[in-house]
Amino acid sequence: MSVNDLFKQELKVVNLGLKSFHTDLKSQGVTAVHVNWKPKAGGKKKMLDLLSKINKVK
Amino acid sequence: MIEIIENANKEALEIIQNGQPTLIGLGIAEEVIPGMAKDLFLHAGPPITWEKMSGPLRGGVMAGLMYEGMAATPEEAVEYAASGKLRFDPCHHHNAVGPMAGIVTARMPVWIVENKAYGNRAYCTLNEGLGKVLRMGAYGPEVIRHLQWMESVLYPVLKETIEIHGPIDLKVMITQALQMGDEVHNRNKAATSLLIREIAPSILKTSFSNEDKIAVLEFLNSNDHTFLNLSMPAAKATLEPAGKVKHSTIVYTMARNGTEFGIRVAATGERWFTAPAEIIDGLYFPGFSMEDANPDVGDSCITETLGIGGFSMATAPAIVQFVGGTPKDAVRYTTSMYEITTEESRFYKLPPMNFRGAPTGIDIRKVIETQVLPVINTGIAHKEAGVGQVGAGVVHPPMACFEQALEAYVNLLEDEGLLEE
Repeated sequence: MSVNDLFKQELKVVNLGLKSFHTDLKSQGVTAVHVNWKPKAGGKKKMLDLLSKINKVK
Repeated sequence: MIEIIENANKEALEIIQNGQPTLIGLGIAEEVIPGMAKDLFLHAGPPITWEKMSGPLRGGVMAGLMYEGMAATPEEAVEYAASGKLRFDPCHHHNAVGPMAGIVTARMPVWIVENKAYGNRAYCTLNEGLGKVLRMGAYGPEVIRHLQWMESVLYPVLKETIEIHGPIDLKVMITQALQMGDEVHNRNKAATSLLIREIAPSILKTSFSNEDKIAVLEFLNSNDHTFLNLSMPAAKATLEPAGKVKHSTIVYTMARNGTEFGIRVAATGERWFTAPAEIIDGLYFPGFSMEDANPDVGDSCITETLGIGGFSMATAPAIVQFVGGTPKDAVRYTTSMYEITTEESRFYKLPPMNFRGAPTGIDIRKVIETQVLPVINTGIAHKEAGVGQVGAGVVHPPMACFEQALEAYVNLLEDEGLLEE
């Protein structure tokens, strides 16, 4: 199925990330679910470094 | 490679799962709590000085000073508290826990709970009921009179009652209450009823007058939170031995003093990781709003640390009428707590979760990784000393506590040469 065919059908959207995308779709009557997802450690570099150190315990 | 951590956490969880919290009796704080003394007041949360104490804690200290006869008026109490003659220490440093302000003074009666599996004990004052009470920072004459009644009537009757009845298995009672719509933090209606049903015959068998026995039964029955002061030391007694497991990333204490939130992690022992306590989102009593609220306060989130309380809110749908939200939110809260915990309780089962066990064993690694914070439901005290409770709601610890703990944990592993270059 081509991408263009996809947009001819009713859209059912799974939204990851910014919740405002989900809110916008809902307000336009599009079926959408928002996945409560955040990047690992909220993307904080210091915390990611600490977690990766722990994974290297001897 | 990370076997050291996984094995340590397995050991900590085994200790938590095997805990056998049992009510063994009552005593006077000075006689039973380790290190307790006349000039020492215990309080909720991590360590704090009089200068930094918030309204409810100060109010509780003032009530304690008047109750102990160390001050005759609120003004004298403030002067005494600021004089340096009084020492302050967290309840948690003395195997104790206290709801809200958590003030424990030498003369106060306490429940004694023993973890029969490991032999350690935990202590908690008797619940005063709702309204104008010391734990919410109230210190008026009615507060002191009620504390005196608790010492002179409630305590001796209950002490003799438990002597007649014998030990009460709190693990079984909590297990039952969780199946009856309590989560045993802010809803204790079923657990309190079970307790009364269990001890009522023994109350009648005591040597006290009918008038006293009736007063005790009426008071217990009038106060749905009677059992909170048992679920808290039960959780404390269960978690304490797990706090000694080396290299474990499991949280064994969460507590707030009204100014700061603090956590303790098994691997880092008695060290607190603290950050400013949050304001609570909840339902306020008529005439009060968030503007009146003190930041989060109390040791009662020891229940959440064990996996009951807010972590098990799904099993207590009616609680949302007290703390806000919908029953669906309660299920969502509980579901999300499985993201940051290690095991499901083998005993504390939750019917609305298809009898899944309560989410047990908060792992600091998971909190940081997922950015999901523990859910706590809690009472809200007025920010000024002397007012009392103004509502109840849902709150989270600050993420900074977990970030500091993770950093300290990694430093510890580094110091021990356990990290690969």
